[in-house]
This record gives sequence, structure tokens and C-alpha cells, in this order.
Amino acid sequence: MSIQVRNIHKGFGDFVALGDVSLDFPTGELVALLGPSGCGKTTLLRIIAGLEFADSGRVLLDGDDASDTHVRERHVGFVFQHYALFRHMNVFDNVAFGLRMKPRAERPSEKVIRTKVHDLLKLVQLDWLADRFPSQLSGGQRQRIALARALAVEPRVLLLDEPFGALDAKVRKELRRWLRRLHDELHITSIFVTHDQEEALEVADRVVLMDHGKVEQIGTPEEVYRHPATPFVYGFLGAVNPFHGRIDGSTVRIGDDILPHRVNDFSQGDEVVAFARPHELDIVIDPASTAGVSARIARVLSFGVTARVELDGLNGVSGQHFEVEMTRTRVEALGLLEGQPVRLLPSQLRVFAR
Amino acid sequence: MAAVTSLHAAVDHAARFETRSATREPTWIKWTIVGVSLTFFTLFLLMPLIAVFVEAFRKGWDTYLAALIEPDALSAIQLTLIAAAIAVPLNLSFGVAAAWAITKFEFPGKQVLITLIDLPFSVSPVVAGLIYVLVFGAQGWFGSSLADNDIKIIFAVPGIVLATVFVTFPFVARELIPLMQAQGKEEEEAAVVLGASGWQTFWHVTLPNIKWGLLYGVILCNARAMGEFGAVSVVSGHIRGLTNTMPLHVEILYNEYQFAAAFAVASVLALLALVTLCIKTWIEHQAAKTKEES
Repeated sequence: MSIQVRNIHKGFGDFVALGDVSLDFPTGELVALLGPSGCGKTTLLRIIAGLEFADSGRVLLDGDDASDTHVRERHVGFVFQHYALFRHMNVFDNVAFGLRMKPRAERPSEKVIRTKVHDLLKLVQLDWLADRFPSQLSGGQRQRIALARALAVEPRVLLLDEPFGALDAKVRKELRRWLRRLHDELHITSIFVTHDQEEALEVADRVVLMDHGKVEQIGTPEEVYRHPATPFVYGFLGAVNPFHGRIDGSTVRIGDDILPHRVNDFSQGDEVVAFARPHELDIVIDPASTAGVSARIARVLSFGVTARVELDGLNGVSGQHFEVEMTRTRVEALGLLEGQPVRLLPSQLRVFAR
Repeated sequence: MAAVTSLHAAVDHAARFETRSATREPTWIKWTIVGVSLTFFTLFLLMPLIAVFVEAFRKGWDTYLAALIEPDALSAIQLTLIAAAIAVPLNLSFGVAAAWAITKFEFPGKQVLITLIDLPFSVSPVVAGLIYVLVFGAQGWFGSSLADNDIKIIFAVPGIVLATVFVTFPFVARELIPLMQAQGKEEEEAAVVLGASGWQTFWHVTLPNIKWGLLYGVILCNARAMGEFGAVSVVSGHIRGLTNTMPLHVEILYNEYQFAAAFAVASVLALLALVTLCIKTWIEHQAAKTKEES
């Protein structure tokens, strides 16, 4: 089932949580709402679920206006960050809850409920935990039970609010892959909220980037990572090195230093900020070279597969810090020393107007 | 690996040493504190309790029983039970409603409500009784209209019930508010998303989560309802066989120098208190067990 939100506005006092947000979530897709905390992503999710109400705007479920429909009638599955399992019920009763609460006419028999709950527990691979209480489960298990409970009522859409936010890094990675596989099996329209860009890029079909109650960019993980539309998106999706300067011909000029810049849709003298990712910067040790900005090597960290070099800017970029990622062989070939003055030359530069 | 292990051992050892030295008090301090508290406990709690039962049985079992089955005593016991039976359920529903409102919703005047709930604790019971006399008494605000319609509140059972409700007002709400605040509203939200109605959510999710706190509040409320003296004394009028509760009956008997009878009735009150304490301890135990499980 498709979800559309139209011109949603929501404020808390003077604070604008969502400012005129319109989005389409196509049927069967797994979409990530990604942004820093306080960007309005959870509020949007809760408005779609009906747990919170927008000041203005509409929520369309399957094309029908659901803005005035009670959360009970929206038939959504909601997964909470802190699981929200019923602590006094065992796992079986938790999953069966939604079925048992149905009006008598629609309620399946206990036998049907039992089969269904066990099927769901098998789906989340926790059939053997049916008699346990939530307190006896690990965080990862709890969240999988919470998901089974949400799926029990056959929701039309699945909404997940930072589903892995309370779990440790290793479990989080496992559950991510598991959620993706589950979605490929069920194909239920799903939205999940996260502040972890790696999680969003890895799991989602489509990523919606939000900041300060506004949508910054929508696209596939590939699109948003390769072609960030705004400086915010560029900065949020990975480590960046910013250069503040002005356009001078086909270069970006920062004080006396110049950075070559290919695409030119700016006019002479425009104030710009140029970004390069750590792996898009190269270190030049030739003292005769004049391209790039000058910097001094602060630290060389070469313990991983790739080496990381931290540098302090000099001259026009003094006071700034830079990060370069390169292979260890390259670091060794250059023979970099801490304290050595070098030049930084971007192989790729993404320029935004300031 | 060996280095890591030994490092851990050293840290462990240091931690244990620290906790010991920090909590180790000289023996004489320990025994002084234990002694002071035990002396106080014996003098001010245990001795009076024993005295009540000793005095009650001083003239033998027959006198004791006679004092209890005497019609005025029976009517006092009955009235006490009636007042408690009305006040406790009333305050139970009020307490749950107030705690629910305060913890699950945002509304103007919430702080005022929280403060007002405590009013019966801070105001003297005598003042509480006087309030009702001033409002419903013969010379009070509604005195004449009540008299015209032949409705008796002051110096009658309704007044006693009102006074009891007033003084036992905060117990249940006070017990539930922090508990429900700590539990948050996520479980209720989960229930509603799963299609549960308001009542279903309350019965199947909220109530099981608060049941021990609720029972605890009810027990305390009941203990106070049966033992209340000040407020009830002001509105009762002390009409024997009609408007005397147990505490008032004890006072009357005592003033008439019927010490054995006074202590006999008092011993029943004391016994009720002891039973209440036992139930309370059991509930606390159960609640702690449930908490440990979650």
C-alpha cells in the first residue's frame, strides 16, 4: 500500500518540527527517513501512524485521506525504539495481543491464533522463546519479537522508529541484514527512521534526508551518496573536507592557493564552499608544486586496510583540519612524516554556493 | 593475555578494597546507631502496642468479648467498615483517573492538580472536618436548603463518609503517579496501534503494570480510612450507636473510665493495622519480585 503525505506542518510552541513536508512512499518499498536528531523524522513517522497529529496537511494511505482516521483503524504496524513489549506478558501473548483484541466477530479462534503466532515466531527465528518474558530476552531478540507482534495484525504498512537505535553495534549490523531479507520476503511498504547513514544506505531502497523539519533530498542510496544535492546531505553522508573560497576562472581560490575545479556553473567571484571526501584528496610532497592548498601533516594512522592522514591547514586554510584516506602502500611510497609541510590536491571537488 | 588478566585482577582488588574502606565504620558507631533506633522502636512503637493488648485483656476474655459485642461497639465497627467501603473505592477510581490524566496527557492546570492532590496530607484533619461543617452544617452555606429538603450531612453518616474520603484522597494517586511516570506511555501506544480500544488497553496493558502499586495505595488508603479520628470527630456529633466510628467509640469509652472496653475496641483497630501491615509487606515483596523479573 502506498503512503503519501501532503504539506504536513507541525510545530511545538515556537519550534517547527516539520515545515510543509510532502512525500510519496511507493507500494512495497523500504524507505529510510534519515537525519540528525531533532530533524523531525520521528514526528513524521508518528504522524503517519496516527500517534501524533499534524497542525495542517494530510496523510493519504492507499490514496484515501486518513488524516482523521484513528490510529486503531489505520492498520499500521509500528515498531518502537525501545521495543515497548508488554512486560507482564510472555512472548507468545505479546505476539497474539493484536489478534486477541479484535472485535468478537473478526477475532480468530485460539487455535488459529496459536498457529499464526508460531508461524510469525518462526519467521523471526525465535520460535523457541514463546514462553519467555521480555525481560529474559536480549535487545536484538526483543526487537524481533516486537516486529513479529506488529506483523501479526497484517498491517498495510510497517513503520519502524529507530528500530536498532538501542542495540550494540554488532547486533545492529546483523539485524539490518535480517530486516532487508525479511522485507524482500514480505514486500510490505515500510518506512524506517534512523540517524545512522550507514544503516540507511545499506538497508533502504530509497533514502529521504531530512534536516530542520525539511526534506533535503530523496533518492536511492547510490544517488544520494554520489550526487548529494545540498551541503548538508554531502556532510551528513560521510566524512568531508570543506574549502571556503571564491570562484576564479576555472578554479576555487582560497587566499593565495587555488584548487582546480572542472564543472563551471558559477560566475567569477562567487563565494563558494567546495567539498572533497577523504579518499578524494591526494597529498603532494613536491615543494615546487603550486596547485592545491598547503598543510602540515599532524598524524599518520596506518593500522587499517587504508591509512588515514590528519593534517593542519596552513596559509589560506590555517586553523582548519583535513583528513585524507589512501592506501598504505601509497603512504609508504610518499614516505610521509609527521610535521612535514605538503600540499593537498583534490581529485574531485563538489562546489556549492555559499 | 596474561598481562590483561593480571591487570583485571588488580583493578578488581582495588575496587573491593575501596568499597570496604568506604563503608567500614568503627564498631562503637555502628552499635550506637543500632542501639538508638532499637530503643526508640521499643519505647514508642512496641510498648504502646503491647500495652493496648495487655490493657484490653486485663479484666479477662469475657469482659473483652462483652465490650466488642455490645450494640454501640458493633454499630461503631459497622460504621467504620461502611465509611471505608465507600471511601476506598471512590478514592481508588479517583486515584487511577488522576494518575492516568497526569501521566498520559498534557493539559493546562496539571501542576495545580498535582499540588492539590497533596492538600489533605498538608492540612490538619480538624480543619478538613471544619470545612464540611462550614459548608453543610446548620449555619453553613447550604445548611438551610439542606434542612428544607430534610437532608442530613453533618452529624450523620454522609458527613463521616465525606470527611473520610477527604483525608484518604491522596493515597492511591500518590502511589501511582511516580510509577506510571516511570513506565511511560509506549506500551499503551503499542496496544492502540495493534487495534486495542481504550478499555482493552487499560485492562490488558495499564492495569497489570500498575497492579502492585495500586494495591499498595488501596491498603494504605484503607488503613487511614478506618483509623481517621480528627476530621471524623468534627463532623460526627458523637451520637452513640449512630454516628460513632471505632476511633470515636474508643475515645468515649475512655472518657467514661471504661478502660478495659476502650482498650478492647482499640485492640481491634490495632489488629486491623497489623493485618494491613502484613498485607502491605506481602505486596511489597510481590512487587519487588515482579520488578526483578522485568
